[in-house]
Amino acid sequence: MTTVAERPDVARADGPRRARSRSDRLGIYLLLLPSLLPIVVLSVFPLVRGIYLGFTDARAGRNVEISFTGLANYRELLGDELFWNSFKIGLLWAVGVTVLQFVLALGLALLLNQRLRFRGVARVLAVVPWAMPPVVVGILWKLVYHPDAGLLNEFFHRVGADGLRTNWLGDFSTALPAVILVGVWAGMPQTTVVLLAGLQGVPRELHEAAAVDGASTWHRFRNVTLPAIAPVVVAITSLDFIWNFNSFGLVYVLTAGGPGGKTMLPMLFAYEEAFRYGNYGYAAALGNVMVVIIVALLAVYLRRRLREAN
Amino acid sequence: MFGKPSRTGRTLQYVALTGYLIFLGFPLVWLLSTAFKPPRELVQLHPTLIPSNPTVQNFVQAFTEQQLGRAALNSLQVSLASAVLTVLVALPASYALARFRTKLGTVALGWVLLSQLFPFVLLIIPIFLILRQVGLANTHAGLVLIYVVWALPFALWMLQGFVRNIPRELEEAASVDGASRLQVLRRVVFPLLAPGIVATALFSFISAWNEFFFALVLVKTPELATLPVALARFVGIEGTARLGPLAAGSLLATLPSLIFFAVMQRRLSSGSLAGAVKG
Repeated sequence: MTTVAERPDVARADGPRRARSRSDRLGIYLLLLPSLLPIVVLSVFPLVRGIYLGFTDARAGRNVEISFTGLANYRELLGDELFWNSFKIGLLWAVGVTVLQFVLALGLALLLNQRLRFRGVARVLAVVPWAMPPVVVGILWKLVYHPDAGLLNEFFHRVGADGLRTNWLGDFSTALPAVILVGVWAGMPQTTVVLLAGLQGVPRELHEAAAVDGASTWHRFRNVTLPAIAPVVVAITSLDFIWNFNSFGLVYVLTAGGPGGKTMLPMLFAYEEAFRYGNYGYAAALGNVMVVIIVALLAVYLRRRLREAN
Repeated sequence: MFGKPSRTGRTLQYVALTGYLIFLGFPLVWLLSTAFKPPRELVQLHPTLIPSNPTVQNFVQAFTEQQLGRAALNSLQVSLASAVLTVLVALPASYALARFRTKLGTVALGWVLLSQLFPFVLLIIPIFLILRQVGLANTHAGLVLIYVVWALPFALWMLQGFVRNIPRELEEAASVDGASRLQVLRRVVFPLLAPGIVATALFSFISAWNEFFFALVLVKTPELATLPVALARFVGIEGTARLGPLAAGSLLATLPSLIFFAVMQRRLSSGSLAGAVKG
C-alpha cells in the first residue's frame, strides 16, 4: 500500500480532489460504523416504524396482530374533541412560551450586553435554570405555586392582597398561564445566551455611525441591531417553538395535564393514549399530525422572515 | 445602545435588571429555603423566606425514607455508562468526519437536525417494542443504549470540532518520523483530544442524568427507577411536610449539571458555545 493511499486527506489538501481508493473508503466506513449502526437501528428505523404505526390499529400487548388501516386513525382524530382541545392548548402553550421567551430573553440579553453593575450575578442566574433537569424545574415551581406553603401566595399575603391568593395550578383559569410562565422561566436562559452571542457579533462601528447620524436609541435598535441579529433570532425562535411544542417532562410534573385537561399538551395526550390506554396506533397518528403541523407552521414563519429579509 | 444613556435611562435599566433577577432568582431561593426547613416550619400558616431553624434532616430523610439514594445510584450508573459508551462509539466516527469529507457525514448531521422535529412519542413506541423483543425493556442496559443513541449526534458534532482543531501537520510530522497510523492516533491525537473527550463525556453524562421521558416509559420496576422518575413519583405523595425532603432531593439532583455549567460558564456566557444549541 502506498503512503498516498494511506493519507488521502493530505493529498487532497493541496491537489485537486481525486478518487479515493476502495480500501480507504472501507476504512472510513469502518470508523463510522459504530456510530451509524446504533443511530440507524434505534433512531432512523424506530422513526420510520413510528410513522407507519400511525396508519395501523396497533395496540399494547404481546402477539397482537397489527393491520394497516389507512386514514382511519386520522378520521377518528378529526372527530375527537379531546384531541382538538389538547391541540388548542398545545398551540397556545408553544406560541405563548416561545414569544414570551423571546421578548424577555432579548430584553435580558440587551441588558447583559451593557456595562451594568451586577451583570456577573445576572449572567450566572440567567444560566442556572438551564442547568436544572426539567423534573426539578417542575418541582421547584410546584413549591412556588403551592396553595398553602407557596412563595407566591405568601407574597400576596404579605403585600396585603389576600384576594389574589389562589391554587394556581389547580384552578381552571390560572393553570395554563401558570404553566406557561414556568416554560418561559425554564427556556429563557438558553435563548438569552444565544441572543447575547448574536448581539456581541454586531459591529460597534455600525452603531457609532448611526449615532453620529443622530439616530435615536430605538432607531438604532430597529435599524441596526435587529437586522444584524435576525438570522440568530429566526434560528432560536424556530428551535424554541419545536422544543416547546414537543415538551413533556415539565408539565407532566406540574399538573399532569390537569385540572380537567386544562394543561393537557399534545405530548401528554399522546403519552396517555399510548401508555395508559395502549392505543399505540392512535398515539402514533397523533405524533404524525404534530409533525405535519410543526413543519407547516415553521414553513409559514420562515417564508415570511425570508420575504422580509429580501 | 452603546452611546451614553441618560440618567433616567440607566435607572430604568437597573429596574429592569432587578426585575429579571427577582424572576430568575427567587424560585431558586425558595427551593433552597424549603430544603432546609424543619417540618414544623413547612406546615406553618405563613411560611418564611429564610428558615429560622435550618436543618439537614430533609436530606437525610430523602435518602433513607424515600429511597432517593437508590435512585441516585441508578442514575449515576446509567449516566456513567452512557458517557463512557458515547465517547467510545463517537471517537472513531468523529475522527473520520473531521478528517475525510464523506457524504455520509453530511447525511448524519442532516439527520440530527431533522430528528429534532419529531416528537418522542413517534420514537418511543417502536423503541419500546424493539427493546422488549431483545429482552432489554425494563433494564438499565436498554436505557443506556437509548441514551447513547440520543447523545451520539451531538457528541459527534462536538468531538469532530475538537479533532478539526488539531493541526493536521502534527499528524503528518509524526508519520514522517516513522510513526504508524495507530501510533499517531495514540501519541498525538488522543492526548490533544483530552479536553474534547472530557467535554463530550460530561455532555452525555448530563443529558442522561436529566432525562425523564424515556426513563419513565422504559423502566417500570420501581427499584430500577432513575432519580428524575423517582422525584416525579415523589411529587404524587401529598402532604406539606413532605415538601422538605422533596426539595432536598431536587437540589441534589441538580448538583451534577450545576457543576458542569459552572465549569462551562465562562464559555457559555462568552457565547463561544452558543453554536452548540444550533446543532
